[in-house]
Amino acid sequence: MSSPAPASTRTPPAPDRIKVVVATDCGSTTTKAILIQQQPDGSYRQTHRGEAPTTVEEPFADVTIGVLNSVTELEELSGRRLVTDDGQILRRASADDPNGCDVYISTSSAGGGLQMMVAGVVKQMTAESAKRAALGAGAIVMDTIAANDNRKPHEQIQRIRELRPDMVLISGGTDGGDSKKVVELAELIAPAKPRPRFGSEYRLPIIFAGNKDAAPAVRKVFDGPGFDLAVVDNLRPVLEYENLGPAREKIHDVFLEHVMAHAPGYDKLISWADAPIMPTPGAVGDILQEIARQRGINAVGVDIGGATTDVFSVFTPAGAPVFNRTVSANLGMSYSISNVCAEAGMANVLRWVHIEMDERELRNRVKNKMIRPTTIPQTREALIFEQAVAREALRLAYVQHKDFATTLKGVQQQRTVGDAFSQKEAGQSIVDNMKLDLLVASGGVLSHAPQMEQTAAMLIDSFEPEGFTELAKDSIFMMPHLGVLASVHAKAAMEVFERDCLILLGTSIAAKGITKPGKSCFSYTINGGGLSERGEMKFGEIKLLRLGAGQTARAEITPERGFDVGAGPGKPMSREVRGGTVGIVLDARGRPLSLPDDPTQRRATIARWVKALELYPD
Amino acid sequence: MAKAYTPGLKVSARTRHRVRRLLPVPGEVRVKVGDRVEASTVVAETFTEGDLMPMKLAALLGCTPKELPSMLLKKVGDTVKKDEPIARSKGIFGFGKTEAKAAADGTLESVSESSGLAIIRGEKFPIRVLAYMPGTVVEVLPHEGVIIENEASLVQGIFGIGGEVFGPIVLACKSRDEELHEDSLTPAMKGSVVIGGARMSAAAVRRAREVGAAAVISGGMDDQDLRDFLGYDLGVAITGSEKTGLTLVITEGFGDIAMARRTFALLAAHAGRGASVNGATQIRAGVMRPEIVVPLDGMDPAKLAGLEAAKDAGREAGSLEIGTLVRVIRDPHFGVIGTVAALPEKPAVLGSGSKARVLEVAIENAGNVTIPRANVELIEG
Repeated sequence: MSSPAPASTRTPPAPDRIKVVVATDCGSTTTKAILIQQQPDGSYRQTHRGEAPTTVEEPFADVTIGVLNSVTELEELSGRRLVTDDGQILRRASADDPNGCDVYISTSSAGGGLQMMVAGVVKQMTAESAKRAALGAGAIVMDTIAANDNRKPHEQIQRIRELRPDMVLISGGTDGGDSKKVVELAELIAPAKPRPRFGSEYRLPIIFAGNKDAAPAVRKVFDGPGFDLAVVDNLRPVLEYENLGPAREKIHDVFLEHVMAHAPGYDKLISWADAPIMPTPGAVGDILQEIARQRGINAVGVDIGGATTDVFSVFTPAGAPVFNRTVSANLGMSYSISNVCAEAGMANVLRWVHIEMDERELRNRVKNKMIRPTTIPQTREALIFEQAVAREALRLAYVQHKDFATTLKGVQQQRTVGDAFSQKEAGQSIVDNMKLDLLVASGGVLSHAPQMEQTAAMLIDSFEPEGFTELAKDSIFMMPHLGVLASVHAKAAMEVFERDCLILLGTSIAAKGITKPGKSCFSYTINGGGLSERGEMKFGEIKLLRLGAGQTARAEITPERGFDVGAGPGKPMSREVRGGTVGIVLDARGRPLSLPDDPTQRRATIARWVKALELYPD
Repeated sequence: MAKAYTPGLKVSARTRHRVRRLLPVPGEVRVKVGDRVEASTVVAETFTEGDLMPMKLAALLGCTPKELPSMLLKKVGDTVKKDEPIARSKGIFGFGKTEAKAAADGTLESVSESSGLAIIRGEKFPIRVLAYMPGTVVEVLPHEGVIIENEASLVQGIFGIGGEVFGPIVLACKSRDEELHEDSLTPAMKGSVVIGGARMSAAAVRRAREVGAAAVISGGMDDQDLRDFLGYDLGVAITGSEKTGLTLVITEGFGDIAMARRTFALLAAHAGRGASVNGATQIRAGVMRPEIVVPLDGMDPAKLAGLEAAKDAGREAGSLEIGTLVRVIRDPHFGVIGTVAALPEKPAVLGSGSKARVLEVAIENAGNVTIPRANVELIEG
């Protein structure tokens, strides 16, 4: 969770004294402010929102101008004074003061967010743990250097010289183990003198989280000018255990003290805030962990942007929840749209399209979107194509996430005779779609789809949830704000999250397995919330049952032999399901999801699904 | 008055243009304020530290890192030549000595007693910054570079590849809507900035490289042809470092699209004059577009006045109002240029089903069309 507040940050009041909260998220282009107020019944609700352009770049070069502009909009909408005459966030003078707020908090991804380089001795072990720590803290990992990354030392040095990170995280070796390799790694990095992004006066922060016995030698290596070394607990003290907390906290501290302090206006912003300014994705990760913890569920969140796609997950593979975050750089819907098409292949994008399109023409359209990223689809055809690209971007980002979110690699497995024939190995993905309870979507193409059914369909097609999975979207991308709020008032954060942030789309019920099209897949009985439905789903079919927001129903699913909806192959399952703006989606298309190879057949299949889900109504 | 969501590209007949020419690392500035520079003048210079070559010295000699100091034949800081012995093991009773030879020319920078790693730093190599645009040095940024100024015509393209080049402008197409084909390119165009009209074909681009043209500017290009030219599919629009031997700039977008009337007229009016072209494009925060800069030094005043008269007058830059000239930047009317006919306040439902703020654009011989405001850009003067 969040790092302790550095000296420059105010101390927040006790939770029972917090009635009014102002929160901002300073994004690359827009600063978004929300107002949260305690209601007469004691609950917390998000009441108003405002936004203004971010003002980190010239000619303003002061982030607080955009913050005050967005908060002024809150002021105008709420009728509550929130900005002082001398341009600061106004605090309430007393419990009955109608103006001001009790807490002001903020996140930031302006100016490109937090960019890091990480290094570890073994790519699959300490380097991967270091990458997990950096990503979990909300960083963009520019490169991972490892002794065995198949690059020659001089190539590694050349790469280090080209990068301009905000900080470097070095790990390697278990405590008490070999020191030589990790010192060697430090000796490669120091003379390469990676140049920081911010000016030549900036001393590049280096965080060492490796073998504690190597720390003195590493200190000696970075003793020269230009570096600012911090040594924290080893993030892999023994092979079987990952200890990412201290490294993540230090990353947050360094982000505040060094990176933010060099960004225009952030010294002022830090002094205003009642909790440390967090990198936006770090805050999103925090709120997702909080939800998973409080509800005891497994959850996946996705934020698809113009340039990148972030995937967050909390799964509980062995009793304790494990959080993972990945950033798929260059999988996005505008700046990176061309890369999605290149990486997925145009054939894979077009498999989701049920109407004829000319590929040469589409290629030009993709490039035109790349060079003019702010345009929006005007026609239905353009929207269908863009949502097809989104499916592939999400699918690829999720594949990358599943590959990264694994059990620890390099750990000896203790096997019993009973395990002798099981194929379980170290380094298996802990992401299990059958155990996924909640899938949360955010980002323009998902949040602003004209029909909620389109959002649900994009999520189901690209993530392929199995069994029972609730689908939701973040209404106005409020998760970052709530992530920071969770660090000062967890209850308020959860209440706002449940009531105002999430828009529940409904529940997907999907059977895992494959058979021939037209054969029976599962039978269903659904009662409650005005529904009284019974029937059989044939393989290849998808069906939408409307069950409104706030309504629940009991679903009894009996899968055919070879199909699983959560209780095991062929075993029936009965569960209460929640409705939403879309309803219940019964998915008998099989897992893994596949499409006919023949283009005519494929288009006809997609057209049937489009009709069943009422995706593009006339 | 409404603001355009997408800022337009600059097409300016006469502007006081400044370029910042900076070193990537501190160095020496070679010119002073008031100096007249040409495109190829070196304005600043520095030396960057040489490449690093690590050597696992202890492993090479079969000794422990601690034993290394007694085996070194060179001191830290000494100059070494490739294959020159830098350390020698003691062997057994003086026999079986092993030598470690320098892996590169340079200086022995460090020898670690912790890891046994030695690092040789190669020779420094120079970095030179050229003026790029002919003009006058108006400011010197000590140890960093200079600012050069000149009166120039400026055309921003929408997308380009390849770095900075300079050459005379040559017209290869007679009109803005003529496609650029290979037979329009001749050996006489070597070193030139070639101006096409509409789409440049793959064969034309290949031919331009064969004849040694410095740059090709045209309205559009098919993505498929760009991919064939580059040899790979461009994932993100961050360009400028391609080593293709030719700088390309498209002024309107991908596909078969004619160059904007005013852009073509301006470039055509400069035929024979020298132009600085940079294909570097960066479409992220802090957007960078490719550019064609034509210094106006010594230009016939009458011709200059004619150019200026073509410029739109009396409009505030960045504003959308009735009568503003805009370009539609997304299908189904991609590339069409027209004037704003109406700016409805309320959002409208688009064909896609989304709700968005729109405007009406009057198109010559085609009536009015409704377009989302996000899908037009201003044509700025």
